[in-house]
Amino acid sequence: MAESTSRPTRKIALIGNPNVGKTTVFNLLTGMRQKVGNYPGVTVERKVGRIVGDLDIDLIDLPGSYSLSPKSLDERIAYDVLIGHLPGETAPDLAVCVVDASNLERNLYLVTQVIDVGLPVIVALNMTDAAEEAGLSIDVKALEESLGVPVIPMVASRNDGIGKLKYRMRQEELPEPAERKWELMPVVAEVIPDLEEELKSHLPEKSRFIEALQCLTSDTMLESWLTRAPRFHARVLAVRERLEERKAPYRQAEIMGRYNWLSPLVARVAIKQKDPNQQTVSDRIDAVLTHRIFGPLLFGLVLLLIFQAVFTWATPVMDGIEAGVVGLGDLVRSGMPPSMFTDLLVDGVITGVGNVVVFLPQILLLFFFLGLMEDTGYMARSAFIMDRVMHRVGLSGGSVVPMLSSFACAIPGIMAARTLANPRDRLITIMVAPLMSCSARLPVYTLFIAAFLPTGAVLGIFTFQGIAMFSMYLLGTVMAFIAAFVLRRFVFKGESSFFAMELPPYRMPRFRQIIWRMIDRSKAFVVRAGKIIFGMSVLLWVLATFPRSNTPDEMIAERATIDLQIDTRADSLQAAGMTASNALIEAQVAMNGAIRTLDARESAYQIERSVIGRMGHAIEPIMRPLGFDWKISAGIISAFAAREVIISALATLYSVGDIDDDSPLLREKLKADRYADGSPVYTPLVAVSLLVFFVLALQCMSTLAIARRETNSWKWPAVMWLYMTGLAWLFSFVIYQGGKALGLG
Amino acid sequence: MTLLDLKPGQRACIQGWTTVEPPLRLMELGLLPGTDIEFVRFAPLGDPIDIKVRGYHLSIRKTEAALIRIERP
Repeated sequence: MAESTSRPTRKIALIGNPNVGKTTVFNLLTGMRQKVGNYPGVTVERKVGRIVGDLDIDLIDLPGSYSLSPKSLDERIAYDVLIGHLPGETAPDLAVCVVDASNLERNLYLVTQVIDVGLPVIVALNMTDAAEEAGLSIDVKALEESLGVPVIPMVASRNDGIGKLKYRMRQEELPEPAERKWELMPVVAEVIPDLEEELKSHLPEKSRFIEALQCLTSDTMLESWLTRAPRFHARVLAVRERLEERKAPYRQAEIMGRYNWLSPLVARVAIKQKDPNQQTVSDRIDAVLTHRIFGPLLFGLVLLLIFQAVFTWATPVMDGIEAGVVGLGDLVRSGMPPSMFTDLLVDGVITGVGNVVVFLPQILLLFFFLGLMEDTGYMARSAFIMDRVMHRVGLSGGSVVPMLSSFACAIPGIMAARTLANPRDRLITIMVAPLMSCSARLPVYTLFIAAFLPTGAVLGIFTFQGIAMFSMYLLGTVMAFIAAFVLRRFVFKGESSFFAMELPPYRMPRFRQIIWRMIDRSKAFVVRAGKIIFGMSVLLWVLATFPRSNTPDEMIAERATIDLQIDTRADSLQAAGMTASNALIEAQVAMNGAIRTLDARESAYQIERSVIGRMGHAIEPIMRPLGFDWKISAGIISAFAAREVIISALATLYSVGDIDDDSPLLREKLKADRYADGSPVYTPLVAVSLLVFFVLALQCMSTLAIARRETNSWKWPAVMWLYMTGLAWLFSFVIYQGGKALGLG
Repeated sequence: MTLLDLKPGQRACIQGWTTVEPPLRLMELGLLPGTDIEFVRFAPLGDPIDIKVRGYHLSIRKTEAALIRIERP
């Protein structure tokens, strides 16, 4: 840790299976003092929180793992941190294992592995309420004695036992590292000491056993010793060969040894007072939610409801924010002299900030619903229901969570793919995740659907616009499936993936946790997207303003004519008995329409010759067949920084030079835009074509950057960009040309 | 007899594997010879399946279920 402090610090690692409330424990222990980063060289998130006190504690939240024998990148990191293998990362002083009391056997498997690493260990026996409900009574004392480590019972969701755990973590005296009590089968046990001996000069005594055992069973673990200790490497290979000759199941030996010791232990300390085969409430809920017919039906309904809610509930708040932004702009304009700086402030800065803030209500709502699904346990059911489909297209049910997360943002979605143990599954999931409609597309959908598609209800609660919104998400999802199928079929051939996923018991949602996570994720989105959108808004104003062109002669002449007409009219009004100033104002009002048309033509002339206008014109020939004019093309160019930027781009393109702020809403301006021949630029068909383009095109620098990081090459992001943008062009082309042929233009 | 020969709701005991290289991940999750196992239900689309083992629910695919040798009590 880089923090300088005069007080002593202790480094503690927090580890546990997925779904045991580890994150809740972490949040309760550290509060808001958290830092999120990455482990050096790899992309696994490194989350550290500080507990301040007489003794400062840096608490490292390790990725949720079932085992320390690395089968995924996350588990590899967990093991490496505990044993102190990571460069620049010292081994922790203590490990806190969060354990689900209602599911002791499988949870303690990991605990025995952590104990073998040789660290002092504290077991946080969480969810004791769930264990009680399941009719389990746990003898904590006996568990402590059997394991040889302190056990602290707790219910983190109710904040029970956290204080006690914190006290234990702070105690000056660390618990003694426990002895290993389980036994390997003799045929394997007898080869280990030799291997440990080879590691003598490389590892402290306490961690040699587990490293030797890991290397015996895992090829990736062994590989890392090839250069560091070639003799050890060769020795392991020789031992493996010998064991194989003797038909000893050495790869299973560790698992069997641990469970053989754990099963009777758990039977002794956790006494079942109810028939374990009795149906629980959770089982009964599952009978409905994963029912053959109701299950998929309800899942579809849940998704539809989420998107309907995100679309309609957020609207009043968004309208309020929109009005506030316009009001603020007017206020600034009326209080400051007209100048290029005022324009920059209003059209660039205020509009830019407004464009970030206005979509926050929708993003918060979406994150709330995703959090709700995760917290109740329904997310796993969605994977259970969808796995057949996902598997058929070459993904796995495990890809459902990364893909669903990509509805919020492809960045966390792509990062969530790290939980997939199979590298091929992981890469395919990364490649198709950006096709899922992220929250950055939501503003674009909202704007164009609200402006150009008819209102009206279908089936009572569903509006036509809501269904259109749903269709956008559906299209992205279906295309992601097709892309995954093609990738699996032609690019990543080979045997199919492995799948084993826990279905955790249903839980009442803990809203504090959900809201905490919602704010956390939204903050990340606003900071990441906000910076880009704000910067782009200002840059776009510059690109749309410069270079300045001279107003053409005919427009100067026209303005002179109008001025002359005003003067003439004012003179005649004055002659009819009005005061000079009133007469002038009357005359100006009468010519208002002509002045405004001229103003608009002048600003259009300016923008068209600005940098952005020229860029838009340059690609218009490619975009014309999709129904896009140069302004939309310019907007699309700027949207490659981030999709939502097209809103601020269009806002800037349409408001620059607009002195009379008659129609504040961008959608009204879009509706009013006309080609030279008087036909509207935006017809519903153009809107659909543009919507489809946004569903499919990869217009997000951040996604490319994260894909580069996760795949460790520029190859995959490049492929990603090409195939998605190609698809977008093709689909928009077919839709626009097809629609025109059918007479829908 | 493998796990797939059970009907939803039936219980059995794991005897071993139908392959020489059993999936270690399943073993780490507690599916070992001698473990009681319940076939709870099929997923709505027929695959994967929901099994109950060591007091918790686990979802595995049918191809994996076919690797698990069981015996009915």
